[in-house]
Amino acid sequence: MDALLLSRVQFAWVIAFHILLPAFTVGLACYIATLEVRWWITKDDTVRRLSAYWIKIFAISFGMGVVSGIVMPFQFGTNWSRFSDSASTVIGSLLAYEVVTAFFLEAAFLGVLLFGRKLVPQWAHAMSAVMVALGTLMSSFWILAVNSWMHTPRGYQMVDGRFFPTSMFEIIFTPSFPYRLTHTVIAFVVTTAFVILGVGAHYLRQNRFPGESRIMMRMSLAFLGIMVPTQILVGDLHGLNTLEHQPAKVAAMEGLWETGRGVSASVFAIPDEKAEKNHFEIAIPKLASIYLTHDIDGEVKGLKEFSREDRPPVAIVYFAFRIMVGIGMLMLLTVYTGLFLWKKGRLFTSRWYLRLCTMVAPVGFIAVLAGWTTTEVGRQPWVIYGLMRTSQGVTPSLTTLDVAISLGAYMLSYLFIFGAGFVLLRRLVRIGPPVGNEDETHETQAHPKRPLSAVTEHDDTVTTPVAQGVGGRHDA
Amino acid sequence: MMLDLVPLWAAILSLAVLMYVLLDGFDLGVGMLFFFRRHDEDRDLMVATVAPVWDFNETWLILGGGGLLAVFPLAFAIIIPAVYFPILLMLLGLLFRGVAFEFRDAPAARKRLWNIAFAYGSLIATFAQGVVLGNFIRGFPVVGRSYSGTSWDWIAPFPLLTGIGLMVGYCLLGATWLVMKTEGELQHWARGIARWFLLGLLAFIVMVSIWTPLAQARIAERWFSYPNLLLFSPVPLLTLALALLLWRSLKQGRDVLPFVCAMGLFFLAYTGLIISLWPYVAPPSVTLWDAATAPMSQQFLMVGTMFLLPVILLYVFWSYWVFRGKVKAGVGYH
Repeated sequence: MDALLLSRVQFAWVIAFHILLPAFTVGLACYIATLEVRWWITKDDTVRRLSAYWIKIFAISFGMGVVSGIVMPFQFGTNWSRFSDSASTVIGSLLAYEVVTAFFLEAAFLGVLLFGRKLVPQWAHAMSAVMVALGTLMSSFWILAVNSWMHTPRGYQMVDGRFFPTSMFEIIFTPSFPYRLTHTVIAFVVTTAFVILGVGAHYLRQNRFPGESRIMMRMSLAFLGIMVPTQILVGDLHGLNTLEHQPAKVAAMEGLWETGRGVSASVFAIPDEKAEKNHFEIAIPKLASIYLTHDIDGEVKGLKEFSREDRPPVAIVYFAFRIMVGIGMLMLLTVYTGLFLWKKGRLFTSRWYLRLCTMVAPVGFIAVLAGWTTTEVGRQPWVIYGLMRTSQGVTPSLTTLDVAISLGAYMLSYLFIFGAGFVLLRRLVRIGPPVGNEDETHETQAHPKRPLSAVTEHDDTVTTPVAQGVGGRHDA
Repeated sequence: MMLDLVPLWAAILSLAVLMYVLLDGFDLGVGMLFFFRRHDEDRDLMVATVAPVWDFNETWLILGGGGLLAVFPLAFAIIIPAVYFPILLMLLGLLFRGVAFEFRDAPAARKRLWNIAFAYGSLIATFAQGVVLGNFIRGFPVVGRSYSGTSWDWIAPFPLLTGIGLMVGYCLLGATWLVMKTEGELQHWARGIARWFLLGLLAFIVMVSIWTPLAQARIAERWFSYPNLLLFSPVPLLTLALALLLWRSLKQGRDVLPFVCAMGLFFLAYTGLIISLWPYVAPPSVTLWDAATAPMSQQFLMVGTMFLLPVILLYVFWSYWVFRGKVKAGVGYH
């Protein structure tokens, strides 16, 4: 039982760190592709410098995403081997497709994107940026298809407790998949756009890189002006889909115990699972029925409808959902304030707003983690919704001590490595975009196919490419 | 009657694992050779030889692991829990080493720290892979569809032997790779030390070849019954011939041949392993066919793999072609 709990914590730990990187690189790949295409059309050198700058940051993040990603498939074997044995007959091929389609596409075009600006024609460079972005999106497609199947399984039959495929099409395109894919990918691009907005605002506050910063702020604000409302709409649709297929999860999200009509929306409460009620509740009458059923007297099922052992942990889901929605509202407010200031011509001069943008830059990551917690903890106690319990999926040979050791090792290693990566990324942001054309010479010297090393190409302290390969590095 | 795809899948996965061992083998080896070369210039040069290719090399590990999960899920569900801690060590080793590749070169980085991470990461990952190999040969106790041992059964004399053996083997690959890719003093040194690693590897091959048939009657039967004895005799004979060729080519100062011979030795050892274990994918009881996924999943995945695998292989050959030739100090990586 404890090995089960620790295994769940371990999976949450390694995936929580891993998910931060796709949340950034999917959006950043799309942004770089947009910049490259824009530069190809407009020939504006500021856009080229901006793209070169974000490519550096992309390279580091992508590399960290790759190494933390290698850990993930092995988790299925080390800690969740019963789940793997039962379900990978159905979903294993989808994971393998992620390797052969997405990883290959990324690896093939990443080199050209990082180092090929001078080696290939401009259209080919812009094209490879688009292909890398496509690779990251394909990766999202396959992994979310697998995840969606675990939430709303279709196209299978069960024989002796194991799942066998009856239709690969139904396995991939399950009822929750279109909503989950759209909601997640938009979350990723919105997260990235807020980082770009914040970095632009940060430089403007310091009166550095005004040209680049204005492009960053304008592009991200215009994009967010469309995407944030879209995301709220898609989130609502995703919620309706969840209500249809996983009503217990929605009941936990709402902190709703009793089934009823015209139910109120809980703004804040402390759910009490033992007493099956909420403490200190603040609620708005009728509202939950309106947004969940789009009918003022619509019926919503409460948690008491489900037996205790089939309910998710209510408090975690309840609060995670509120954090996500709260950040969504904060984002909406930030973006439309910005658009208003832009219209008034005060966007780049309102110091308080630039400060606000800097402060909200990382909130997308919190929203992604909170949203992911809502949906995954909300799926509990099932690993495959309604069919296989999480407790049935764990590796039987593991003891509490075994998992405690591995969890401790993962925690220490990830804190160390991600801490170092974060420091490095912050240093790159501090250094800022390249100035003039001097970086071009470095780029031609470098070799393709080495994701992270693009970082070193524009190192301010290095004046000659010679320093790259030999011992003459500045450890200043 | 449906076409049986299991042998084809076994071949594809064997290829993925072999590609991983050969390719990541030499760059892990280069990482371990860090312990012998302490000068910054040498180390930068050594990293420069593998920097353009290492990350794609590791994609073969994901293909091998992901492929096993997708095509032989039962084997995945038995083997991976049995080697819980070696897998943990391997993943953490690869993690530290992977980021060290780039963090050591980053602006204002603590280079010394990341050099240590690079060397120890390579060492631990290699040892862990060798331990997995040893446990794979030893076999896994199974009850029903689950591994029935404990998470500590991997600590046994034979897996520890193969762990050290693989370290020596990867060092040989790494040293001959350096012979091919470098010049001057570093190359001269690599040539000298490669001979020691060759002798070491041969010693381990002999030990494993004696140990396994003694420990497992089935493996003895497979090799020493007639006509198998004749049929499989080219494997040890070619190993001997290749070892001699490798020794001579090092002495004669050849550049490329030692690395080719070292890869050949690995290929033969790998072939020997497959001969010993066929048709088991989780010895001693689970065969490839027992562990195979549903035919529909096999076919679905085969369509894409048949199209994409050749493209991936072409891409690998092309990228190695692009980076052919010596890596020189003072002119960047290329």
